[in-house]
Amino acid sequence: MTTVQTGIQPISTSRRVKDRVVQALVYLAFAIAVVPLLSVLWLVVKNGLARFDLEFLTHSMRNIGARDAGGGAYHAIIGTLEQVLLASLIAVPIGLLTAVYLVEYGAGGRLARWISFFVDVMTGVPSVVSGLFVLAFWVLALGMPFSGFAGAMALSILMMPVVVRSAEEMLRLVPNDLREASYALGVPKWRTIVKVVLPTAFTGIVTGVMLAVARVAGETAPLLLTVFFTDSINNDPFSGPQMGLPLYVFDQAGRPTDTAIDRAWTGALTLILIVMLLNLVARLIAWWRSPAKRG
Amino acid sequence: MAKQIEVAGLDAYYGAHKAIEDITMTIEPRTVTAFIGPSGCGKSTFLRTLNRMHEVVPGARVEGKVRLEDQDLYGPDVDPVSVRRTIGMVFQRPNPFPTMSIYDNVAAGLRLNGRFSRSELDGIVESSLKGANLWNEVKDRLNKPGSGLSGGQQQRLCIARAIAVRPQVLLMDEPCSALDPISTLAIEDLISSLKQDYTIVIVTHNMQQAARVSDKTAFFNLAGQGQPGKLIEMDDTSRIFTNPGQKATEDYITGRFG
Repeated sequence: MTTVQTGIQPISTSRRVKDRVVQALVYLAFAIAVVPLLSVLWLVVKNGLARFDLEFLTHSMRNIGARDAGGGAYHAIIGTLEQVLLASLIAVPIGLLTAVYLVEYGAGGRLARWISFFVDVMTGVPSVVSGLFVLAFWVLALGMPFSGFAGAMALSILMMPVVVRSAEEMLRLVPNDLREASYALGVPKWRTIVKVVLPTAFTGIVTGVMLAVARVAGETAPLLLTVFFTDSINNDPFSGPQMGLPLYVFDQAGRPTDTAIDRAWTGALTLILIVMLLNLVARLIAWWRSPAKRG
Repeated sequence: MAKQIEVAGLDAYYGAHKAIEDITMTIEPRTVTAFIGPSGCGKSTFLRTLNRMHEVVPGARVEGKVRLEDQDLYGPDVDPVSVRRTIGMVFQRPNPFPTMSIYDNVAAGLRLNGRFSRSELDGIVESSLKGANLWNEVKDRLNKPGSGLSGGQQQRLCIARAIAVRPQVLLMDEPCSALDPISTLAIEDLISSLKQDYTIVIVTHNMQQAARVSDKTAFFNLAGQGQPGKLIEMDDTSRIFTNPGQKATEDYITGRFG
């Protein structure tokens, strides 16, 4: 055999066995991870489709008695969209600017390290705490009413660290070569950040923002303490109680009738669809902005 | 357009580490000056002090004087941004802006610095790309992304981008080290033709390249690991390569360096 002379040998049996075992473990882990995901999706779709109709999407729960069928989540959908939009308007600029400071200006200084530390702490804050904070500060101390805006503030506290972390990662991925190329053309630092660094990281930042949106869109506890409940449509997030889809699901699922339980499932399905739709829009924006499209 | 650079007693530091020490030289207008020397001898650092790119690195600082004609580039009220507009730079690795088209890449320096009409921009982009010998290859796909070009084309795109802002000096930091011989030849031809309008300084590890393209050559060396780099000698290229004044230069050029 030539193996003796060259030292090149066939793959040993033990390595073959190890390879097989590890491969099997990896597939098993994948399957275990996917089973709950698919089963949740399947359950929500199966149970939610029954009431997923035009009435559900266009009507509120006003004047729907405890045992009545019908009714819908229009007020909750409006509430969720407005609250998430407001939360994003607060959290995205602050989060993005924080990330720009950390990457472009902080440069490992003491302030940057402190900010980084507190962002990590904020990531771990349970969502109910942010709701309690807004309740204590905005509603009880300042005497403001329950409103969609109060809920948006609670959500923005949850969004901010996610936005900061993901934007920071993306900004760090922008090669230093590009910043230097821009400086060497006589472009000031702030214009370099606005015109070169941020556009290069744009796709990643959008993905990060969408993850943050997806995270807060399903939060129930902070809304419970800040936007209160209502069965009626309230388009104004700045005055009076609003509804949100997670609250709606929570509310309906706790009622004793089958019709209410059905509405809860459909509410959950609607929430999943809204998050998916937002993600799709973000992907489209990212694709439309990417240079690859032109290439 | 082209201007003379005078350097006197220049030291450059990275934090506490002194990278280059006491460099004094004059770089003539409308010539190509080559910097050669072993890795780590501070050629690139010195090049970057000439347009105040050195201080972009955190902790980096410079002592000494650099004059462009009669203006001190390190004077107290000099804006480093305007220095970089006057003294352009091409880097070792081609670095076109990935989010921009070929056209936008060339126009980037102008667009990011001021307002130009579309027709003005069109004219400058065309003349810069022609100046960089790239026009014929890209004129039909100016709005395609710059990252789709080959390495050599990308480097010429970067040169076009640098000359589009009409600098008076062009600094090149090993512009051909990532390129194949054909692309290298294209860039060297380009350097020879750009010489008529610009003062060019080029750092290179390739001594044949220094001999081919430059009029003056400066040899840098360092005494040992961790020591600052120094200018050993600077003279006409023909003289450096045939009859250098210093033993170290001769050893380096003949490959007996050690």
